[in-house]
Amino acid sequence: MLTVQNLSFRYGAAPVLSEISLTVERGDIAVVLGPNGAGKTTLLKCLNRILAPASGKVSVEGRPVASMSRSELGRTFAYIPQTQPVTETTVFDAVLLGRRPHIAWRMSRKDVTMTAAILDRMGLADLSLRYLDELSGGERQKVGIARALLQEPKVLLLDEPTSNLDLRNQLEAMETVSRIAREHAMAVVVSMHDLNLALRYGTHFFFLKKGCLVENALQGALTRDMVERVYDVRVEMTMHRGTPVVLPGEPLPN
Amino acid sequence: MHLEGGSTPRGYLRHQFRKGMLLLGGGLLLGFLFLLALSLGAVSIPPGEVLRTLLGEHVSPRWDMIVLQIRLPHALAAVVAGWALSSAGVVMQSVLRNPLASPFTLGIASAGAFGAAFSVILLGTGVMRSRMADAVQISSPLETTGIAFLFCLLASGIVLLISRMRRASPEAMILAGVALNSLFSAGTMFLQYFATDVQLAAVVFWSFGDVGRAGWRELWIMALVVGVASLFFFRNVWNYNAMDSGDETALGLGVPVARLRMWSLGVASLLTAVVVAFLGVIGFVGLMAPHMTRRILGDDHRFLLPGAAFVGACLLLAADTTARLILAPHVLPVAILTAFLGAPVFLWLLCRRSKKTC
Repeated sequence: MLTVQNLSFRYGAAPVLSEISLTVERGDIAVVLGPNGAGKTTLLKCLNRILAPASGKVSVEGRPVASMSRSELGRTFAYIPQTQPVTETTVFDAVLLGRRPHIAWRMSRKDVTMTAAILDRMGLADLSLRYLDELSGGERQKVGIARALLQEPKVLLLDEPTSNLDLRNQLEAMETVSRIAREHAMAVVVSMHDLNLALRYGTHFFFLKKGCLVENALQGALTRDMVERVYDVRVEMTMHRGTPVVLPGEPLPN
Repeated sequence: MHLEGGSTPRGYLRHQFRKGMLLLGGGLLLGFLFLLALSLGAVSIPPGEVLRTLLGEHVSPRWDMIVLQIRLPHALAAVVAGWALSSAGVVMQSVLRNPLASPFTLGIASAGAFGAAFSVILLGTGVMRSRMADAVQISSPLETTGIAFLFCLLASGIVLLISRMRRASPEAMILAGVALNSLFSAGTMFLQYFATDVQLAAVVFWSFGDVGRAGWRELWIMALVVGVASLFFFRNVWNYNAMDSGDETALGLGVPVARLRMWSLGVASLLTAVVVAFLGVIGFVGLMAPHMTRRILGDDHRFLLPGAAFVGACLLLAADTTARLILAPHVLPVAILTAFLGAPVFLWLLCRRSKKTC
């Protein structure tokens, strides 16, 4: 469904991504992992052309992303950045904004009722008239996800959606994401630092290191070696209630 | 995705309705002030008779003269200019994500003033007189505006370049505005140095913006430009709302951010240019009106844009009426009054920001 072929990107002369190729299917939760500065965020932004790749090809259902208009990109991908400025808008209006790629001049009645429905489903209905700056980080993350869903995208891109959340909110956010991927047969690409959270919810893992795709594994096929090579850290892997768990040891000498 | 069947929450509809009512109130206030502006002056005319004169009943030849030929163009110019400057302010604040932005504070207005003076003095697109009320009569309004517009675009281009630099804080942008202001003021002074006595007097009078300067022809041009620009702005209200959440979110929502930013600044420059070319520099309306409106209606551009247009029009109309009455029968240029009102507001905004950042 989402295919990436030989994608490269540079900032000026410095290569940030080189020759990345990967495929993500409907219902997959593809987790992009790797150390800081490996190019995870850049990769996500190259997929929906927030950044223009230097070379390579991205396509969704066979349609090349390079030939899509901005509005069409907004109907194909929903992107939730790691941080967003907090604006003085109500939750309802912030979520309603998700209809933007589908409208020309103004929101229709249907756009408004769709917003109400999604707020209901995400458990945000009681907050709909609250302002974003009055919400907690977890609630704001949910608002972002609700808005992204309202875009009715084929691919959902999430940049470290759990990094500012407490334990409960991390789990809730990821539960929501995996439910969405299943129910709406969306392809999800999510970048993450937390290996254990990734192992619990991901179906497919892509490891980036210094801009290159160094390992990729399906759920259940991830090995200790891979993690050690990518992060340069000694780790233990055990199973806990059917899910693999990574326990970090000491850093490896370079 | 199955998202049908949801019903619009009552609370949200009430919320929208309340804002709609506030907008309507703004419109009514504007109408009221407009009537007041036509009836007050050196000669007071009862509002009822003003209305009848406006509707075409010839109540008295004297009223016809005062209302239709003197006060009506004056008041209409105030409404159109207030509308233009205020909408330009809202859009500049939004696309540059800078609460201190406005045509005046970014130096775009003085660039336009330089362009207009340049065109009038060196290219002879206007006739100078030493009478105060219409010191400059513009004989080719399209050329004058065109050249003012070019200089406004130049200033906007510089502002846009500076805003692209990574660490350009809102305050840094305003400092750039100060630099542009003094650059173009120096340019205007340079022109004055070589001007004849009559031209010099004219340019000095011109540097105080005054809504009494516009004739019917200028009014039509301004109204046309403001109409087209407002359509462009209203078409993009959701895009501006999206840009409030950051460029990346906006791009993700399908907003062509870079292109929209350029076009919006271009259109705002055009608005500034027509006002400056025909009326002179009127400062702070483009800053004050958007902020007053934000406090009442919030940041949602669906309401903010029309609301700020009403507030800007009301503000300039009220300021102009006051300026006409304060030293009657002398008419004070309205820009003097807006500066007295606007400078404290600007300082207050600066102080409030620095409290937030510290």
